[in-house]
Amino acid sequence: MSRAFGKSVALSNLSLTIGNGEFVALLGPSGCGKSTALNCLAGLLPLTAGSIYLDGRRIDTLPPERRDFGMVFQNYALFPHLTVRQNIGFGLKIKKTPKPEIERRVNAAIDLVQLSLHADKHPNQLSGGQQQRVAIARAIVIEPQVVLMDEPLSNLDAKLRHEMRSEIKRLHHELGLTTVYVTHDQEEALSLADRLVVLHDGKVQQIGTPEDVYMNPINSFVADFMGYRNLISMELLAGGSTNKYSLTSSGIDLTASGIFSGATVGKVLVAIRPEDLLIEKSSKNNIACTVKTIEYQGKDFAVEVSTVQGFVIYVRTPIRLEIGEKTNLTVRPERVMVYPESNN
Amino acid sequence: MTIQDTTEVSNSVSRKIFVKSPFGWVIWASVAFFFINLLGVIGTVVVSSFGTEWFDGWLPSGWTMKFYTTAWHDYQVPNLLRVTLQVALAVVLISILVGTPAAYVLARRDFPGKKLLMLSFLLPIMLPPITYGIPLATFIYRLNLGGTLTGVIVANTVPAIPFVILVLSPFIEQIDPKIEAAARMCGATTRQIFIKILTPLIIPGLLAAALLVLVQTVALFELTYLVSGPGSNTLVVALYYAVFASGIRPYQAISAMAVFYMLTTLFILIVALRYVNPTQMVSQARSVDTK
Amino acid sequence: MSAIDASKSSLNLKSWLAEHGIDRLLFLVIPAFLAMLTFFIYPTIYGTYLSFHPMDKSGALGNYRSFFGDPYMRDSIWNTFRIALPVSVINVFAAIPLAVRLRHRVRGKRTINTLLVIPMSLGTVLIAEGLSAYLAPNGWLNRTLLATGIISQPLQLLHNFWGVMISLLITGFPFAFLLTLSYISGINPKMEEAASTLGATPWQRFRYITFPLLTPGLAITFCLNFVLAFSVFPSANLLGNPAGDSHVLAVAAAQAISSKYDYSMASAISVITGVLELAVVAIVLIMRSRLYSGSTSGGKG
Repeated sequence: MSRAFGKSVALSNLSLTIGNGEFVALLGPSGCGKSTALNCLAGLLPLTAGSIYLDGRRIDTLPPERRDFGMVFQNYALFPHLTVRQNIGFGLKIKKTPKPEIERRVNAAIDLVQLSLHADKHPNQLSGGQQQRVAIARAIVIEPQVVLMDEPLSNLDAKLRHEMRSEIKRLHHELGLTTVYVTHDQEEALSLADRLVVLHDGKVQQIGTPEDVYMNPINSFVADFMGYRNLISMELLAGGSTNKYSLTSSGIDLTASGIFSGATVGKVLVAIRPEDLLIEKSSKNNIACTVKTIEYQGKDFAVEVSTVQGFVIYVRTPIRLEIGEKTNLTVRPERVMVYPESNN
Repeated sequence: MTIQDTTEVSNSVSRKIFVKSPFGWVIWASVAFFFINLLGVIGTVVVSSFGTEWFDGWLPSGWTMKFYTTAWHDYQVPNLLRVTLQVALAVVLISILVGTPAAYVLARRDFPGKKLLMLSFLLPIMLPPITYGIPLATFIYRLNLGGTLTGVIVANTVPAIPFVILVLSPFIEQIDPKIEAAARMCGATTRQIFIKILTPLIIPGLLAAALLVLVQTVALFELTYLVSGPGSNTLVVALYYAVFASGIRPYQAISAMAVFYMLTTLFILIVALRYVNPTQMVSQARSVDTK
Repeated sequence: MSAIDASKSSLNLKSWLAEHGIDRLLFLVIPAFLAMLTFFIYPTIYGTYLSFHPMDKSGALGNYRSFFGDPYMRDSIWNTFRIALPVSVINVFAAIPLAVRLRHRVRGKRTINTLLVIPMSLGTVLIAEGLSAYLAPNGWLNRTLLATGIISQPLQLLHNFWGVMISLLITGFPFAFLLTLSYISGINPKMEEAASTLGATPWQRFRYITFPLLTPGLAITFCLNFVLAFSVFPSANLLGNPAGDSHVLAVAAAQAISSKYDYSMASAISVITGVLELAVVAIVLIMRSRLYSGSTSGGKG
């Protein structure tokens, strides 16, 4: 599907087939089109091109109330004049489900999100995390074909976010509902999703399992977004055997056998993850440097080093170093990614 | 892109609600009906003011401008305009000078008795002018100000001051008090803060309040009616008297008088609307609610 | 007390005052408060006092007794209600569909808002004056209706309470509409979107979400409209039948002054008017507080 606002294209050519019970995350920075995609799926925004099929039936011509999708909104959008119980039961009431069944299903949903003590309160009497759980319960109690979640955790503080993430994971495991989840937090996407779709500027960058995208980003944008903090301009030398490329750049010589994405001889962009840089002297891929800053992070250190020529490189290591210490870095060739110089 | 998203979404959903339904047509038809009738009401006045005779038929039998000159002289329109303007400007000035500091205090401070104070400011707006106008008129006559310009000005400031306070308070509340704190840290005294920082920031609010008070004072009938005398009538009161004494003067002159009044009001309204959003004209009531 | 103790206790007093927000800044509010005290609170108290001192010295409740004892005067209460209640109800409920419709569209909105402000600013007197010609048996309205065959006899809309009602509708509706519009704009549209994802049709969205959230605001709109209509004065005189069914409370009060110079009786009628108004407002507000009246933004945002 595609969606354009006048001349500007918010989403172009997102093509995806989602299987039953799959958890798909749409990941990207703000403005990348992920919320647009979700709103189009929900029917809150019409498509400007493309179509959506559910079990072979075309649904993009249907209004939101006929699509049978549940949606969890970023600001929860709870009905302030209804209690938790009434909020959750709203969709069932609209469907004219008989009262005893509404009661049974709502109670089950309330137990599932552990809100039994608060069932008769109003949303303004609940904390953020509790409101979040009401929003989720409201969307799943109607047993929709698909659950859509629009950055549901972005308004919560860090600790609550981790808790709710586990909740969502547990719920998905128990109920097995097909879910499309929008977020800008790569950690969230990695931990929750069966498959990731990385978006940038309305265009799909990469679709794959979390491990795929994390270990083998397909272009420099995805690499950058997934935490490959070292993006170095280097020169790709001609020659070398298949899957082994030689790179050089004022004082650093590297051999790479990681992703090689359409790069040509000449200027390229090299991406290396800070965790993949090891503090040891080695014969291959050695980088001499001086330690500039050290940040204690608990389980390891975030270290900034500077090469002889003044390049700044980011490293994560459990080894305790000293500022001003001279040391050596190395990296395995398969963890060096090479991309064309210009983005995408 | 995300901001565009949300407005697009809500526009899109609502457009689907009403574009294709007969409901929308009923609404537009009713609105049109309202405005057609309104136009008819205003039109009748305007047309009759230009007519020579109008007994039967859709339009007068002839056209003339003479009744405008009659009205101009007989009703002493220039005097009326002068009085109306004097009253209005005086009321605006007084209510702004008195109301702005009060609005500042109410917006910034919480103190015991604040609720009672606010009530005393809200009551003149919540009660219609006739209800407190009669006691007020009695009092003004006892002060020997009955029928004088001063009396009319005093009477009209009673609803004007609370109005200014109500319009300005939200403006002042919107200004982050930390700005004043920052100015203090830079060494400014209270007077300097007021003059150099606050006043420039609340000018839109001052303008809105002044214009709304102006419109209100020109159009307000009951209070002026109760306290004015022959030399201190405003346009609207003179119009009322003209209609009532209609046996004496030709009705066309009355209509001409009405047109004078209408033009004055519309002129002020047009000026006001350049600076004020129409919904602000009723936002006083909304802010009453939230308080 | 030593000097140190004295300065300590004055410091304590100052900090206590500061804690409670009392400092020299409060002086700024005094001019406004004095104005209200002198020209509003005092006259109202004085007027109430005056109402208990009738001109014919017939005792404290003399005015009230003669008011309620005279059917002509008593009827003014009924006359006023008969006009004010229906007008307020119509204005408020007619405003809802238009506010719902104009909530989102941007294009025609500003024009309509501006046009609607016009009858409000022209004021009751001019509208009444215009209506007195427009609604006349040979005025444009009757002519149109006769010419198109909708009626066979001219409608008698003048010199009775119909004319008064129409003028109140014209000046009151824009006010009710603009208020309702501002209330409805304060309802977060995301909630209606959420309702649509749960299967609610547009009507169901209005019935279960929009309207309940609008009701508190409607109550206020009704009160404000009612208060204005209840004190109708110039149009009752100009368009109605001030000696008959348009003998409303305000007319009675003004007549007490103009024909009998009986300020005491006029004050008594004003007191009665004020009390009745406040009673209706109080009833509506109590009903409103029974409903939901919290935030309309729908959650932590």
